[in-house]
Amino acid sequence: MSTTLTQATATSAPTRNAAHKVTFRRVLRSEWAKTWTLRSTWITLTVGLVLLVLFGLLSAANYAPAGTGHRHGSDASDAVAVALGGTDFAQLALGVLGVLIAAGEYSTGMIRSTLAAVPTRLPMLWSKALTFGAVALVVGSVGAVVSFLGGSGFLHGDAISLGIGSSGVLRSLLGAGVYLGLVGVLGVALGTLLRSIAGGIGALVAVLMLLGLLTDLLPTRWGNDISPYLPGNAGGSVFALHQASNTLSPAGGLAVFAGWVVLALAGAAWRLKKSDA
Amino acid sequence: MIEIHQLVKRYGEKTAVDGLEFTVKPGVVTGFLGPNGAGKSTTMRMILGLDAPTSGSVTVNGRRYAQHAAPLQEVGALLEAKSIHPGRSAFNHLNALALTHGIGRTRVQEVIEMTGLAQVARKRAGAFSLGMGQRLGIAAALLGDPETVILDEPVNGLDPEGVLWIRNLLTGLAAQGRTVFVSSHLMSEMALTATNLIVVGRGRLLADTTIEQFIQAAGGHSVKVTTADAPRLRALLAASGVEITGVSGSEELTVTGLTARQIGAAAHKHGLPIYELTPQAVSLESAFMAMTEGAVEYHGTTTHQHAGSVAA
Repeated sequence: MSTTLTQATATSAPTRNAAHKVTFRRVLRSEWAKTWTLRSTWITLTVGLVLLVLFGLLSAANYAPAGTGHRHGSDASDAVAVALGGTDFAQLALGVLGVLIAAGEYSTGMIRSTLAAVPTRLPMLWSKALTFGAVALVVGSVGAVVSFLGGSGFLHGDAISLGIGSSGVLRSLLGAGVYLGLVGVLGVALGTLLRSIAGGIGALVAVLMLLGLLTDLLPTRWGNDISPYLPGNAGGSVFALHQASNTLSPAGGLAVFAGWVVLALAGAAWRLKKSDA
Repeated sequence: MIEIHQLVKRYGEKTAVDGLEFTVKPGVVTGFLGPNGAGKSTTMRMILGLDAPTSGSVTVNGRRYAQHAAPLQEVGALLEAKSIHPGRSAFNHLNALALTHGIGRTRVQEVIEMTGLAQVARKRAGAFSLGMGQRLGIAAALLGDPETVILDEPVNGLDPEGVLWIRNLLTGLAAQGRTVFVSSHLMSEMALTATNLIVVGRGRLLADTTIEQFIQAAGGHSVKVTTADAPRLRALLAASGVEITGVSGSEELTVTGLTARQIGAAAHKHGLPIYELTPQAVSLESAFMAMTEGAVEYHGTTTHQHAGSVAA
């Protein structure tokens, strides 16, 4: 390159502000801001929270001890299970929102702007997973605790009634929050992996709910061996107060479910890095 | 400064970019011209690292785009207009991008003012017209006060006022010493703003030239004269830098290097009757179409003639 040209560039080009580098903290802040500047976030989080609390309260209100039979109610075995009856619905709301946050970038074309700002790409995925995982964890934990405390009023005097201080109760409730946080991360991972809202939601439902039904088709012995390790069942163990036979311990369930989420995240990272945006 | 070296991009069987090789220099507007499907957008996406080249390299200011610590300060790009989430407001969209670089809200406000979006900055971008969407895309491109600006079809969907604004913006940015790379499929638009010109067709480089050279090559600015005594007029006008062509025996001459006014005055001085005196502005569009004829991806079925000369 000719020297005159180089000089011209050096003197007349706009001055650089070296402070404006892309850092992980900044990408995190950007993703945080992106999460809260969409109406769908507020709506879906509210729906998730309401489903979790409302379903817990209704289950508690309608609870009838087994055998009494004259009320159509929950067959849950303890107050925590009653309070967390809405987890199945809340996980759909939070998981779907995770998919929306990630796959929505592709369906709208926003991904081009995002990756032009963060061309190394992976910090964007980690930031989305972290910010939304934290949001889903907080919403899930708050929902679980509120549902339990609200529900104990209805269960007062029933045999299954428990206080929040009772052994394992708080761990279970917060376990539900952790589980829902991980479901949020799973949604982000599947959305990034599949780049399609419909595909992401489909995969989420399949992974969390349908996979468990498939084991029924296997010979019983195999099914029983595999079943506890499937994402939905392992996740359920995270917040179960009592460990039923043929299920994992809360810590074991958490490890297995987190493993599934990490697997999905790794797939998402691979596709994000390797494929054209 | 954008340097593109033996750049190839294949999508399966289809080769979108086929061995492109050129440099975009700072300080001037460089037009990137080619018919639809010529590989312009693909090339621009590869400059930003959105698509990975099959082979070859593309660098911005000496490095691959992704290797820059502050990419938005190196290159500001307007790619396809809809690179936004329709649910987010213009301000929130720009602010989210600014946050990745620690760029302050003052700068966000600045580019909003600059692009004339102040009235609608808090509205959902999904409700924007095509023109406002383009302005938002340009605001995002300018956010990092970048040294290189890449705009893919920036005048698409803009009203005349917007088109004029873009022209002034482009020449202004170049005058500040920035590299300005603008794609278009309209030669006439490029002729008004660009100094340098890169023409592609079917992913291949057809020309790396300047607008001035392109015009000269296409026939330049000539004047058609019809007179009773062609040989005498030829002798009268002969001078260095003047080129005169015409079939012998015909009354018609084509003169380059003189204006119609000069030719008329000279003829009048010598009492030579002139029957016709027509400035021939060469149609850049025709010249461009002739150049890319063999390289047009999608031919319409209407037959059209590449008329030689159209007055501008």
